[in-house]
Amino acid sequence: MSDKNAFEPKIIGFMCNWCSYRAADLAGTARLKYPPNIRIIRVMCSGRIDPTFVLNAFARGADAVMVAGCHPGECHYVDQNYKAMRRYAMLKHTLTQMGLEPERFRLVWASAAEGQQLAEAITQLVEAVRPLGPLHWSGNWEENGHRHEALESILKEHEAAMEVTE
Amino acid sequence: MAEKLGIYVCHCGSNIAGMVDVEEVARWAGKQIADVAVARDYKFMCSSLGQQMIEEDIRKLGLTRVVVAACSPHLHEKTFRRACANAKLNPYLCQLTNIREHCSWVSTDREAATAKAKALVYAAAERVKWQQPLEPMPVKVNPRTLVVGGGIAGLQATLELADAGYEVYLVERSPSIGGHMAQFDKTFPTLDCSACILTPKMSEVGQHERVRMLTYSELEEVSGSVGHFRVKIRKKARYVDENLCTGCGICVEKCPRKVIDHEFEAGLGYRKAIYTPFPQAVPRIPVIDTQACIYFERGKCRACEKVCPTNAIAFDQKDETIEIDVGNIILATGWKMFDCRRLPQYGYGRLPNVYTNLEFERLCNAAGPTGGKIVLRDRKTEPRSVAIIHCVGSRDVKTNEYCSAVCCMAALKFGHLVLEKTKAKVYSFYIDMRTNQKGYEEFYQRLLEEGMIFVRGKVAEVTDAARLPSEHGQLIVQVEDTLLGKQRRIPVDMVILMGAMEPQADAKELGLKCGISCSMAGWYTERHPKLDPVATMTDGVFVAGVCQGPKDIPASVAQGAAAAARVQALITKGTVMIEPVVASINEEACSGCRICNNLCPFNAIEYDEDKGVSRVITAMCKGCGTCVAACPAGVISGAHFSNQQILAEIQGALWDANPNGNGLGGDGHASSAGDTQPSLVAG
Repeated sequence: MSDKNAFEPKIIGFMCNWCSYRAADLAGTARLKYPPNIRIIRVMCSGRIDPTFVLNAFARGADAVMVAGCHPGECHYVDQNYKAMRRYAMLKHTLTQMGLEPERFRLVWASAAEGQQLAEAITQLVEAVRPLGPLHWSGNWEENGHRHEALESILKEHEAAMEVTE
Repeated sequence: MAEKLGIYVCHCGSNIAGMVDVEEVARWAGKQIADVAVARDYKFMCSSLGQQMIEEDIRKLGLTRVVVAACSPHLHEKTFRRACANAKLNPYLCQLTNIREHCSWVSTDREAATAKAKALVYAAAERVKWQQPLEPMPVKVNPRTLVVGGGIAGLQATLELADAGYEVYLVERSPSIGGHMAQFDKTFPTLDCSACILTPKMSEVGQHERVRMLTYSELEEVSGSVGHFRVKIRKKARYVDENLCTGCGICVEKCPRKVIDHEFEAGLGYRKAIYTPFPQAVPRIPVIDTQACIYFERGKCRACEKVCPTNAIAFDQKDETIEIDVGNIILATGWKMFDCRRLPQYGYGRLPNVYTNLEFERLCNAAGPTGGKIVLRDRKTEPRSVAIIHCVGSRDVKTNEYCSAVCCMAALKFGHLVLEKTKAKVYSFYIDMRTNQKGYEEFYQRLLEEGMIFVRGKVAEVTDAARLPSEHGQLIVQVEDTLLGKQRRIPVDMVILMGAMEPQADAKELGLKCGISCSMAGWYTERHPKLDPVATMTDGVFVAGVCQGPKDIPASVAQGAAAAARVQALITKGTVMIEPVVASINEEACSGCRICNNLCPFNAIEYDEDKGVSRVITAMCKGCGTCVAACPAGVISGAHFSNQQILAEIQGALWDANPNGNGLGGDGHASSAGDTQPSLVAG
């Protein structure tokens, strides 16, 4: 933190009430340290996380978003974290196609006992996003010529999705 | 919105104030955030003075919303909601934001932590403006209780409730109640006989007019929530009619098939194909083991049927599913023994005279297969030396990291029994002696005086490969004696492995059925490790005994009684208030696409064929919000976690971010953020 001008990403963390939010509580109780970049928003279940929330966070200037829930098979609401997992996979795919660096969007499983693991995941996310600099979405598209490639790949995906496979 | 916000920033002594400039946060919030009528900081917000301050502000300033920046909502949300309710403000208009666990305690830089706290306060303030007054929903509590597991913890819980006048269903997987305690010989440190103190409790439960025992039964399915659970139980076929059987035992006597009893006798003794696990079993109704029974194998025999005086044998019996309604559930499902074969260096299963602790319990039990004689596998030689190895499968990163809590004392008990019954030398190979309950340390001292030999060190290997002629025919314990700083080879006749307690193989599965989670090790997670050790995250589901973590008999009994007391409190109260965090569908706008119908794991969404719309059954909704997130028309709203609330929270949390920098352009929503400098404060 010595260099005040260094880029520090702003990260929104959506965490479920039962496991990951409690893991974050545990990280605190255990006085584990992680960078202060993440701002945690509590939802009852990772299944509550509407993709709109993630898009909204990016649109409002978040440099990265973390979605955290209970481990697969351990969801407080039976299996709703699987729904979060599917949404995550689709949203990540879309965001990547739209030119977002994949490092900026991350899904983490953390049980209420895994304060340590969650703290490590947050640290890793901050460290992965810091070198990327601020989210500069339209810039990415133009400068790197990603727009054409992205559109191409979206078309290909769609074609592949249309084919029925057994 | 003409809201009047009160913002309260807690110092929590120095817990928050030590890392976050709380005074600055409060001052800043008063100026920066719109609609704030008052922003204060205080030493301890949760103290009665802190609460009074909030209450007075609500009354005098007419606050319509309250934000408290303090600790985790899991700790004090109820406290501040109560304070608001005292001042006639709907408790759901209060938002607690966590600047302790999520900010001060995890940060190292005061400036950055203060900036983060500001963002969290901003987020809460933006969110609270959208919060709606809600009323908790009353639910009647069914006075019947389900206890799962008939070990000592479950028995205690059952008796406490039944004696208090409430009906209890006790479900036990095996043919008899009693659990592991029924297998033990003596109990430490008092050395009273396990059966002598357990069997009276068992028969009390068996005869209790308010207890309905369902032995040889398993929990299949749980639905509903606190106050009104509906439970499906599978009653496995015993092939003996419980209503006709008198428990005379003649069928067991006449059964021609004898098999090794791997359950109750831990593989040391035999049982018949039709059996009761042990003579004092409750109920005394036998079970036919279809794997062993000659009739099930070859289609003839039926000896038991011929001799039964009451015609109770019923070969055509089928598994039954029973549905019961209960208000609360106590899980007391206990533990299973660590499989000592997983540590091949100790030779269990390969070297005959290596025993597990459970085997040794049976071996020295007067009612056991040797009548209580401590002998080697040849059933006649008395050992001249015995090694007891601690921490087999416990305190070991390769198997289980936790301490099984009871093995040190059990090892001392074994030492005492060997010294009492034989002339053998007894060695204890321990890592650390853990004797931290009433009378335990004294028992350790007693064993030191009785001449048990203690060697501090983790045993590397137990082998029968002799190096010296004197070692022939013996087991050699290879160990580093860490007090002497030397490698030692100690030849003995018998080795006892103090195997760990492990969670039941299906603990997770059962936990999932009841909506509770397990720790990484597999023990059930309690609501709070210190302050709420028997309740769980699911209201109406309690845990007792070893299923929550390794513990000894007194602790299991205490927890069983504690769980029962908690259940009684709910029953006596009659109704419980449940959180109104549920989903609701705007039927006017619902297109009836039914996407939400299959998403709900609790079947809380029904489809109205006539109207062509979906509807949430409020009593069954648990409020996860998955349907809210999935509705393509956005017509499902989640109370207390609505889209507006969460979007506002995102906006607040990013008040200092720069939406222009991401190339999407500002959308005008971050109005209050617009006039502040877009520098990267979080750094």
